[in-house]
Amino acid sequence: MIPAAFDYVRASSAAEAISLIGQHGSDAKFLAGGHSLLPLMKLRLVAPSVLVDVGRITDLSYIKDAGDHIAIGAMTRHMDVEKSAVLAQHAPLLAHAAGYVGDPQVRHRGTIGGSIAHADPASDLPATTLALGATYVVQGPNGTREIPASSFFHGFLQSDLAEDEMLTEIRVPKMNGAGWSFQKFNRRAQDWAIVGVAAWRGSHGSGVALVNMGQTPILASAVSKALAGGASIADAAALAADDAEPSPDNNASVEYRTHLAKVLVRRALEQASA
Amino acid sequence: MQIQVTVNGKKHTSEVEPRTLLVQYVREVLELTGTNIGCDTSSCGACSLHIDGEAVKSCTVLAVQADGANITTIEGMAAADGTLHPMQQAFMENHGLQCGYCTPGMVMAATSLLKEIPNPTEEEVRIGLEGNLCRCTGYHNIVKAVLAAAGK
Repeated sequence: MIPAAFDYVRASSAAEAISLIGQHGSDAKFLAGGHSLLPLMKLRLVAPSVLVDVGRITDLSYIKDAGDHIAIGAMTRHMDVEKSAVLAQHAPLLAHAAGYVGDPQVRHRGTIGGSIAHADPASDLPATTLALGATYVVQGPNGTREIPASSFFHGFLQSDLAEDEMLTEIRVPKMNGAGWSFQKFNRRAQDWAIVGVAAWRGSHGSGVALVNMGQTPILASAVSKALAGGASIADAAALAADDAEPSPDNNASVEYRTHLAKVLVRRALEQASA
Repeated sequence: MQIQVTVNGKKHTSEVEPRTLLVQYVREVLELTGTNIGCDTSSCGACSLHIDGEAVKSCTVLAVQADGANITTIEGMAAADGTLHPMQQAFMENHGLQCGYCTPGMVMAATSLLKEIPNPTEEEVRIGLEGNLCRCTGYHNIVKAVLAAAGK
């Protein structure tokens, strides 16, 4: 399968990328690692007229301790997130979840920024960063703005990013020793989750987000609220699907997904509280 | 667009369409057909080769993205005198293949894995090869081969 023809331009900085995407209009798309976009182009589900390759912007590949949070450049590859000593210490849930994306070959190419900007509710890292209360930094022609993960995802593959804006950094609050768990339920290695759960629980609260339980990654606010109010794990987990709107597909009905979410949230909270 | 790549130690300069996939470039332009196309959807791993020493699925990389890169394909694994790479030798000695279709990708993924985890456990080998499908062997002898190669 070969994509429809397109023009290819390469950016060496975020500013250049934004200027290029502005010049080429709404038919142009950013190309990072290409592991979400190229499969869609090969199936001809999308056919951009221009690709702006941002994968060589090495300035955007970093993982830095920034005090109360860890700053991750958007072009940081999944493999580097997975193996990061800084993340292992301060945000182990994210490093662990990155190791569940695709397979090693995919993780050598795919980037955290590409995955989040793609806004696929079935992907692991949008939900994981949502659970962690991350902030996304985006750059556009008029400067940068910060978007909380909780208001970034608008719909299936739809985000708050304007056409001429680029995700440049992901800021993940330090977990400060909170317990955590990542549950990914699928039938075959390397598949997307039928349902996934990213959860943390500490002295300052909890965060639970669901993979593949709606048109966007879902923050299970009802679960955290119940825990804060003193509910047991079992009672809180029973509310796992309250914020979700799952769809049926070949793998699972709505009822099955709802059941899985409750079971996996319970397991995740048990592990995070152990 | 013009690209310049080093493949198995040899420099190539080629004019390619931006939509040319790396696997297509390697097979059809350079005529290195050891890299197989299996699923063509980045699932099966048959098209695995190394970009700058790391295994990638070349059906999901554009040739233009590899511009400037150092690429190794299965043809570049054996020594110039024909001596097999230790991983190839281990696959042979442990009967790590039957039909052989997945083998080039398996060897490329396995050598990349050993670079990251030089002495893996059996479980680490199985997880490390999750991106490569084999429909013949049941993986048992492939895992044995990788563990044998790690011991060398």
